[in-house]
Amino acid sequence: MSEQRSPSPYPLPNAGEETTAGLERHPVRAVERPPFGLRERIYVVEVWLGLAITFRHLFVNLWRHTRRALGLGGPPGAVTIQYPEDPAVVARRARSRHRLLKRDDGTPRCTACMMCETICPAECIHIRAEGSPAVIVEKRAKSFEIDLGLCVFCGYCVEACPVDAIRMDTGEVTLSALSREELLWTMPELLGDEPHGPHPLWPGGESEKRPGRFVY
Amino acid sequence: MPDKPKVKFTLDGRELEAVEGTLVIDAAKAAGIEVPHYCYHPGLGNPGVCRLCMVEVEGAPKPMVSCRLPVKAGMVVKSDTARARKAQASSLEFHLANHPLDCPVCDQAGECFLQDYYMRYGLYRSAVREDKLHKEKRLDIGPTVVLDQERCILCTRCTRFLSQVTKTNELGIFNRGDHDVLAPYPGRRVDNPYSGNIVDVCPVGALTDKDFRFKVRVWYLDETPSLCTTCARGCSIDLHANNRRPWHTPDERVVRFKPRHNPEVNAWWMCDEGRYSYKQIDSRLRLKFASRLVDGRPEAVAAKEAAARAAQELSALVKAKGPQGLAVVLSGTLSNEDLFAARRLFVETLHCGMLLAAPGPDQLGEGDDVLRRKERVPNHIGALALGFGARIPDTTWGGLRAAVEGGKLWGLYVIDRDPLAVWGKGSEKLLSGLAFTAYQGSHANRFSTAAQWVLPACSFAEEDATFTNFEGQVQRSRAAVPPLGESRPDWEIFRDMLAALEAPQAWTSAGGVFAELAKAEPPFASMAFEDLGMHGKRLARAPGPGSGPPGAGSGGDRA
Repeated sequence: MSEQRSPSPYPLPNAGEETTAGLERHPVRAVERPPFGLRERIYVVEVWLGLAITFRHLFVNLWRHTRRALGLGGPPGAVTIQYPEDPAVVARRARSRHRLLKRDDGTPRCTACMMCETICPAECIHIRAEGSPAVIVEKRAKSFEIDLGLCVFCGYCVEACPVDAIRMDTGEVTLSALSREELLWTMPELLGDEPHGPHPLWPGGESEKRPGRFVY
Repeated sequence: MPDKPKVKFTLDGRELEAVEGTLVIDAAKAAGIEVPHYCYHPGLGNPGVCRLCMVEVEGAPKPMVSCRLPVKAGMVVKSDTARARKAQASSLEFHLANHPLDCPVCDQAGECFLQDYYMRYGLYRSAVREDKLHKEKRLDIGPTVVLDQERCILCTRCTRFLSQVTKTNELGIFNRGDHDVLAPYPGRRVDNPYSGNIVDVCPVGALTDKDFRFKVRVWYLDETPSLCTTCARGCSIDLHANNRRPWHTPDERVVRFKPRHNPEVNAWWMCDEGRYSYKQIDSRLRLKFASRLVDGRPEAVAAKEAAARAAQELSALVKAKGPQGLAVVLSGTLSNEDLFAARRLFVETLHCGMLLAAPGPDQLGEGDDVLRRKERVPNHIGALALGFGARIPDTTWGGLRAAVEGGKLWGLYVIDRDPLAVWGKGSEKLLSGLAFTAYQGSHANRFSTAAQWVLPACSFAEEDATFTNFEGQVQRSRAAVPPLGESRPDWEIFRDMLAALEAPQAWTSAGGVFAELAKAEPPFASMAFEDLGMHGKRLARAPGPGSGPPGAGSGGDRA
C-alpha cells in the first residue's frame, strides 16, 4: 500500500516519517523480569529448595525402577535422554512449530481469511492480505508472520483454518533463539521456501535447528 | 399516516399496539423482534421477492411474508413457531442453493445477513445435492463497486436504490430461474455519485467496495458515530477505525465511512465523495508538528509553546500597528466550539480589522437535489448562527486581496484555507509585505508552506465537536482515533493563545466550550453537548432555508 501512495507535494515540517499510523513490521513484545526478593538474594534457601526437588525425583524414580525390575509393575520411572546429543522425542500428535501448506500448483493455500489471526489468544499471528489474480480464490496473504515468542501452542489456528493451510506437525520443538526478533517466522520460512535464520535486518547469531523425532 | 387509528394485535404472544396499516415487519422491529429479511428496506420499499420474512398468521392457511402484511385489529402473528421457522429456513436454503461458500475470502463476512440468518435460523443439513451454478465473479461494474454474481441472492435492493433514489437505473436483473443474474445494462456502468450505497444495502457480499476490498476484516473495526464533513449536509456516519490490528492498514487508521440512518439529515445514504473523504484523516498532508519559518526554513516548535509565542507576537503587533491591519480567514470546516473560541480571540480580544468566514470559491462545489450541497464545508450555518457574516461583517477573497495589495494589512491568520490557491499564480509575493502570517489547520497547503507560523490542528475524527448543517441540525462528532503528532483541537489552540494574551478561559473540553456557547447564543440555548444524541438537534431558529432528506418518509413501493 505504501508504495502506491504519492509523497506529499508540500514540504512538511514533519517530512521524513514514512507511515502515518501503522507499522511496517510487528514489533516484538518485551517482558519485564520479576525482581529478586531477599530470599532469592540470600541464595542458600533457594538452593536447598531446588535440591529437594532433585532428590524427590531421585527417590521416586529409584522406587519405580526397582519395583518394575522386580516384576511388581506400577508406573514407569523416568528415563534420561542425552539431550542435545540425542534429539528431543515428540509424540506424533504433539503441537510443534507451525508450517504453511501449498496447493498442488505450488501456491500457498492461505487465503488470508484471518480466522487464525482472529482466534489466536496470544495475538502472535500477523497477516496482511492482498488481491490475487487467481480466478477461483480472489484473496491471498501478502505476508504471514508468527511470533513464536508469543505463541502458546494451543493449536487453535490449525482448528480455525477453513482451507487446511496451517498445521503444527513439523515436530520441531527446539525453537530457542538468541533474540526475540529471531523468534519471528516469516511466510517463506513457514512455507519451507527459505531457511529460518537470523533476519538480515536484525543483529544476532545463527540459530541452530535440530529436527525432532516422532515416537509411535 | 397520522389520520389512521391505532389498533391492537398480538405478536409472539405479546399484545402490541400499532397504527393500522403498518407493516408487521416494522411493528415487530419496533417491539424489538427481528423478523429475518433481505429485500425489504425501509428506504427502498417492500417488493416481497426474498420470501424470507415468513410469519404465521392465525386463520391464514399458509405462512405469509410480514413485509407485505399490514397490521389489522385483533390479528395474531407468530414469528417464532416451528412452522414459521421452518418456512424461514426453507427460504434460506433456497438462497444458499447457488450461493458460493467463499466466506473466508468475502469482505462481507462478519456483516453478512446470509451468514447471520443461516447461523440463527438455517438448515445445517442441506438437502441440495446438485452442484452450485457458477456465474461471473469479480465484475468491474463501476469506479467504486465490484460485482460477484454468484453471491447475489437477487433481493433487488441495489436495483431499487438506483431506480428510486439516484434514478439512474444502471443495474438490472436478467434471465430467468436459476440463470437469473444481476448485471449492468449493456454499455452502462454504475458511476453515479451515490454508487457506494449499493454496497451498503447489499445484504450479502455480491457488491463489495473496491476501496475496502481485502483491506481489513470487519470484526476488527471500531465503530464511532460521527458525521461527514465534506459538505453542508453533514450526513450521519459510522466511522470505522482499525485500532486493534494496525498492520492490516499501515497507512491509515480510519478505513471507511458507512452512512448511519438519520431521518433528519441523510435518511440511509451518503455520497461517494463523502464516503471516500475518510482518506483525508490519515493523509500524507496532515500537519503533525508546529513550526516557525526562520530564514525561509521551517523550524520545529512545541505546539503549546508555538501557540503562546504566536499570540505574543500578534499582541505586540496589535499594540504597535493597531488591530485594523489584522485579517483573519476562518473556515466553515471549524466546529461550533472552534468558531466560538475564534470569535473570543480574534473579535472580542484582538478586535481584528478584517474577517472572512463564508465559503468562497475555494469551498464551493457541485450540489444536487439528493444529498450533496454546494457549500463544501460542514459548518457555515454554525458560523452564521454565531454572528460571522451577520453581526460580524464578512469580507471576500477579492476584498482581502485588495487590502493586502493596498498595504492596509500587516497580518494574516488563515485557518484551514489556502489564499494562494484562490488568488492564483504569483500571489506569494503579496505575502512578503505582511509582518505576520500564520496558518492553522489539519492539512498542509501552499499557504502553510509560506506562512511564518504553522499550528497543527486535529481532524474531526480525532476530537469531540459539534457541527451545524445547512438545515440547522447540530450533530456531534466523536473522537475515534488519537490526534496525530502534536495536533490539537482548534479551540484548544485558541485557548492557549488567549491565555498568552492574559485573557484565560476555563475551557477544558469541547463540552465545556459548548456549554458556554449555548448559554451565550440563543439558537443553541436548549442544547447540551452530551444530550445531542445520535440524530442531533435542530437550532431554535434555522438561519438558512432547507429541505428534508430524500426518501425519508414511508416505504414507497406499496402496491
